[in-house]
Amino acid sequence: MDGTQPIAKAGEPSPLRLIATLAFAGFLSGLIIVTAFESTLPSITAHRELMLEQAVFKVLPGTTSLRRMVHRDGRLTIVERERKGEEVILGGYTADGRLVGYAIPGAGPGFQDTIRLLYGYLPEGRKVVGMEILDSRETPGLGDKIYKDAAFVANFASLSVDPEIVAVKKGNKSAPNQIDAITGATISSKAVVKIINTANALWLPRLEAAPGSQAETTPMSTKAAKD
Amino acid sequence: MPKTKPDAYQEFIKGLWRENPVFVQVLGMCPMLAVTNSAENAIVMGGATFFVLVGSSCLVSALQRWIPRQVRIATYIIIIATFVTVIDLSLESLLPRLHKELGPFIPLIVVNCMILGRQEAFASRHSVRLALVDALGMAIGFFFALFALGSVREILGVGSLLGVNLFGPNFEPWVIMILPPGGFLTLGLLLLFFNWLKERKEQLLRRLDAMEAQGQ
Repeated sequence: MDGTQPIAKAGEPSPLRLIATLAFAGFLSGLIIVTAFESTLPSITAHRELMLEQAVFKVLPGTTSLRRMVHRDGRLTIVERERKGEEVILGGYTADGRLVGYAIPGAGPGFQDTIRLLYGYLPEGRKVVGMEILDSRETPGLGDKIYKDAAFVANFASLSVDPEIVAVKKGNKSAPNQIDAITGATISSKAVVKIINTANALWLPRLEAAPGSQAETTPMSTKAAKD
Repeated sequence: MPKTKPDAYQEFIKGLWRENPVFVQVLGMCPMLAVTNSAENAIVMGGATFFVLVGSSCLVSALQRWIPRQVRIATYIIIIATFVTVIDLSLESLLPRLHKELGPFIPLIVVNCMILGRQEAFASRHSVRLALVDALGMAIGFFFALFALGSVREILGVGSLLGVNLFGPNFEPWVIMILPPGGFLTLGLLLLFFNWLKERKEQLLRRLDAMEAQGQ
C-alpha cells in the first residue's frame, strides 16, 4: 500500500490541505446526514406514534380515544405534553367519554436487551387485560415468542394482579394471577412478568389514590369494556 | 494483483467466488454471525451492505485524486459512515419492522472490514468503472454468503425459510442453530464445504495437466 506513490518532496501536500480535505469531507457528510435525517423524521415519528396507538387499542379493548396522564403533585392529571422526565400512562376512553382503563408502559431487562412493553389495566376488578411488546431483542425462535406466540400473549387477556403475577411452568396455570411461561424461554417470560409487577407496584397505588382526580371525572361503570 | 490489464469481467466474478469476502477472505464476520439467524435478516443486511459498499467504492474511486494519502483512512470512514447513516434512517422510515429486528447491526456496517478493505485495496487505485464492478462483485458475494448462512440456520433452527414453514408441525427445530453457537458451527461447515470444492477443482486441474503431459 505504501510506496505506490513517489516520495517526492514537491508531491507532499501541505498540512493545511490535509485539514481542509477532512473538514470539507466532514462538512459534506454533515449536510447529507442532516438532509436524510430531516426527510425521514416525519415518517419515523409518525410510525412510532402509530405503533403506540395501535398497541393501546389492542391492550385496552373498547377504547376509541386516548389521553396522556401523569402523576403530578400526588394526583393523576391529564396533560397535553408531559414535562421532561415525567412518566406517562395513557387513559383509554370510549366514544361517549367513559374511562375504560389505563395503558401502562413498562421496561426492564430481558434475556438480551431491554424489553419495552405496554399493558392494559382495569382498575375495577384489578385486572391486566392485554399486553403488547413494543421493543425487544429476545432470541429469535425462543424469546421472541413473548410476542409471536399467541397462546402466551393470551395469558394476559384477563389476569388478576393480586397479590402479584406469577409465571408458572407451561400447563400448570391454576390461579387467576398465574401465566403459563414459554417452554425454553423461561427467562424472557419471567422478565415480562417482572416488568409488569414492577410497573404495577409503582402505578396501582397512584391509580387507587386517584378518585376525584381529573382522570376519573366520569362515574365508574360496572360494565366498562369487558370486550 | 499482478495483472497487466484489469479485465472488468474478472474483477466482477472474483468477488463472487475466487475471492469471496466471506468464504475465502473471511472478512466481515460480525454481521455474518450476528444477524444471520433468519434468511430475511440476512437479505436486509446484505442489501444494506451492498448499498454502502457500491456507493463508497464509486465515490472513493472518483475522488482518489483529491484525497491525500495521509488522510485517506479518515476520509474513507467519513464516506462510509455517511452512507451507513443514510441507509439506517431510510430503513427505519421505510421498513421499520426489519430495522427493529436488525437493531444495532446496521450502524456497525461502518466498521465492516470488508468495506474499508475494498476502498484501501481496490477502489482508491482503480477507475470508477472497475471500482464499481469490483464493488458489485464483492457485495453480491457477501450477500450470497449471508443468505447461505441465514437460510441454513433458519431451515434447521426454525424449520422454515423466509417465514414459510417447510416441514410441518412434527419437525423439532434445532434451537442451537439460531443461537450464536449455531452461527459459528454453520460458518465452519460452510467454509469446510467451499474449501473442499476448491481442493477438488485443483486436484482435477492437476490431473488434467498430468494427463496432458503424458500425452505429449
